[in-house]
Amino acid sequence: MSESVERINERLASDYEAGFVTDVENDSLPPGLDEDTVRAISARKNEPEWLLEWRLKAFAKWKTLTEPEWAHVSYQKIDFQALSYYSAPKGQGDGPKSLDEVDPEILRTYEKLGIPLHEQKRLAGVVAVDVVFDSVSIHTTFKDKLAEAGVIFCPISEAVKDHPELVKKYLGTVVPISDNFYACLNSAVFSDGSFVFIPKGVTCPMELSTYFRINAMNTGQFERTLIIAEEGASVSYLEGCTAPMRDENQLHAAVVELIALDDAKIKYSTVQNWYMGDEEGRGGVYNFVTKRGLCKGRNSHISWTQVETGSAITWKYPSVVLRGDNSIGEFYSVALTRGRQQADTGTKMIHMGKNTRSTIISKGISAARSENCYRGLVRVAPTAEGARNFTQCDSLLIGDTCGAHTFPYIESRNNSAVIEHEASTSKVSDDQLFLCQQRGLDPEKAVSMIVNGFCKEVFRELPMEFAVEAGKLLEISLEGSVG
Amino acid sequence: MLSIENLQASVDEKAILKGLNLSVGAGEVHAIMGPNGAGKSTLSNVMGGRPGYEATGGSVTLDGVNLLELEPEERAYAGLFLAFQYPVELPGVSNMEFLKAAVEANCENRGVEAPNTPAFLKAAREACAQVNLNPDFLKRGVNEGFSGGERKRNEILQMIMLQPKLCVLDETDSGLDIDALQVVADGVNSMRSDDRGFVVITHYQRLLDYIVPDFVHVLSDGKIIKSGGSELALELEKNGYGWIEQEVA
Ligand SMILES: Nc1ncnc2c1ncn2[C@@H]1O[C@H](COP(=O)(O)OP(=O)(O)OP(=O)(O)O)[C@@H](O)[C@H]1O
Ligand SMILES: [Mg+2]
Repeated sequence: MSESVERINERLASDYEAGFVTDVENDSLPPGLDEDTVRAISARKNEPEWLLEWRLKAFAKWKTLTEPEWAHVSYQKIDFQALSYYSAPKGQGDGPKSLDEVDPEILRTYEKLGIPLHEQKRLAGVVAVDVVFDSVSIHTTFKDKLAEAGVIFCPISEAVKDHPELVKKYLGTVVPISDNFYACLNSAVFSDGSFVFIPKGVTCPMELSTYFRINAMNTGQFERTLIIAEEGASVSYLEGCTAPMRDENQLHAAVVELIALDDAKIKYSTVQNWYMGDEEGRGGVYNFVTKRGLCKGRNSHISWTQVETGSAITWKYPSVVLRGDNSIGEFYSVALTRGRQQADTGTKMIHMGKNTRSTIISKGISAARSENCYRGLVRVAPTAEGARNFTQCDSLLIGDTCGAHTFPYIESRNNSAVIEHEASTSKVSDDQLFLCQQRGLDPEKAVSMIVNGFCKEVFRELPMEFAVEAGKLLEISLEGSVG
Repeated sequence: MLSIENLQASVDEKAILKGLNLSVGAGEVHAIMGPNGAGKSTLSNVMGGRPGYEATGGSVTLDGVNLLELEPEERAYAGLFLAFQYPVELPGVSNMEFLKAAVEANCENRGVEAPNTPAFLKAAREACAQVNLNPDFLKRGVNEGFSGGERKRNEILQMIMLQPKLCVLDETDSGLDIDALQVVADGVNSMRSDDRGFVVITHYQRLLDYIVPDFVHVLSDGKIIKSGGSELALELEKNGYGWIEQEVA
């Protein structure tokens, strides 16, 4: 490894600006998981009976499942009895308040993270934000403005009370409770998350976003997000995530379900920057997430864009089920691993309708002693006449102690399908670094430029202001990765 | 301005430069010629601090600054510019963003104010015109899919934008058609000034017809074995290197 690569790798390992802890009193459940825990969570949220039943069904199922082991990651088994399944800052437990009632410590936390909750402080009010702190939603901005357009954007716990028919109709229809180990666990103990409903024909007047933060120690975060776009509706949604630096691992097992009806469009973007652990691999978030969209209607369109830079372990495959004829699924991903991070991420595109199309662009960047793995499935059902997929899967290595792996699976059961796959692996070469340095760029800047260039096709898909943020995040994350 | 004294350097523990001396005054153009494998590119790489090229003895000073002690980017700040024999691609990194970052880094470290964005854009477009590259090239990735000749012109573009004190051009003429050769030479000539020096590495008199050097040196087996005026290049063109190597031996 060249000297400059060493310089970058050292710096990469270090800074995590979101790593501070907020000092608030919590109302937490003691560690442990049994039926009473599930009941206690449901009771804390004053949930209706049907939802408690749903949770209990999931819990019963979960007890029969075992953790998946096929991913290219290794870690110590999680002791599910040692985790707490509910933690809320005292006094914030039953849903969002007016800002005056939010603990000032929490407000400061979000200011520090660059997410001011006062609406007038947001840039021209183009983004509405729901913020989730440990297990509860703290505040949702711009609700009134959105309501005028008929858009519902609120914590899912609130939607359960105010719009039970919608929640009942769609919850668990894309990711069934028995889908997989973590999704099943989430169904039993999910805490909070966002609910979005865009009625027929409405284009959501602003970007929606949720900001997740894990603060409490030994607490799992199990948020649940449900987004529905009715006929002809469209919405762009972004989630961001951070957690303090702690020596213990924190578990994050979210479920996200998207439903697009005829001619609807949902664009879902993620900038994930959970704490990754230290250089030796101590601490960090286990990010075991199930995200799936259902293109239920004709001509519907679901697009996932993710920039994954954090977490000790990422296990995540945002997928699209293309059921409606002519529907479109897209997956654009940047996954950066450094230090001892492990990422096993990719997507599934399930073609069922006629003339369905999917595009997969995956950019994996690995540095230091990290492992970065793309795993993707393209499945074409016999009914999917004229289906098309294009997959491009590129890996970029920084230094020579990291790993990059690609596992593309293709299952086509319709002869008219056209499936294209391109893959490449390249290294940030010494020659490239030297060219940059000779022109006056220090190695960190050089690598971040090269990596940003490598990711361009994905960043292009992010909403403008987040593209800038993602670029900066990558830059910060890469500090110290060149050795 | 540039003073190289008894420079020794090795690559993979193999000695390549074996006591090289060269001094370039402000405003001068020096041509270096010599057989393949003599160490010409090695000289330029050692000056730039490329990893793997280790100076094992001697010194290289630019206006009193010992370059050998500096990181490669610091050598750039000190005023050194290398035009590469084989410029590499930076896929997805636009020429514009690359140039802007480079100009800003150099200005900041040289203690001069960086041009504002409109001024920068204007300068970049003018430089494009000067090297006869369509301004669309600014939007493309650095050298990405560029032809050989376009890459070389892109090097000159960078040189113009960065305003270095000492420019080292390693076979910038190889692979150029006649028009491109003229463009490259014009670029260099337009930058000739009393406070800037040039070291032009080439195999061909052809380039020196356009860029007339003040001095010509022959580098062979890691040393400068003969120096002269521009007429020396003509002699080399006619008679090759054999006679000098014999003369020295
Ligand atoms: N990275 C390297 N690894 C091993 N040997 C090298 C390396 N770089 C240069 N050399 C060797 O050093 C010697 C000088 O090479 P150099 O590239 O400096 O020659 P040159 O004078 O520029 O030749 P040319 O006219 O062909 O460009 C050659 O024998 C070459 O093989
Ligand atoms: Mg050479």
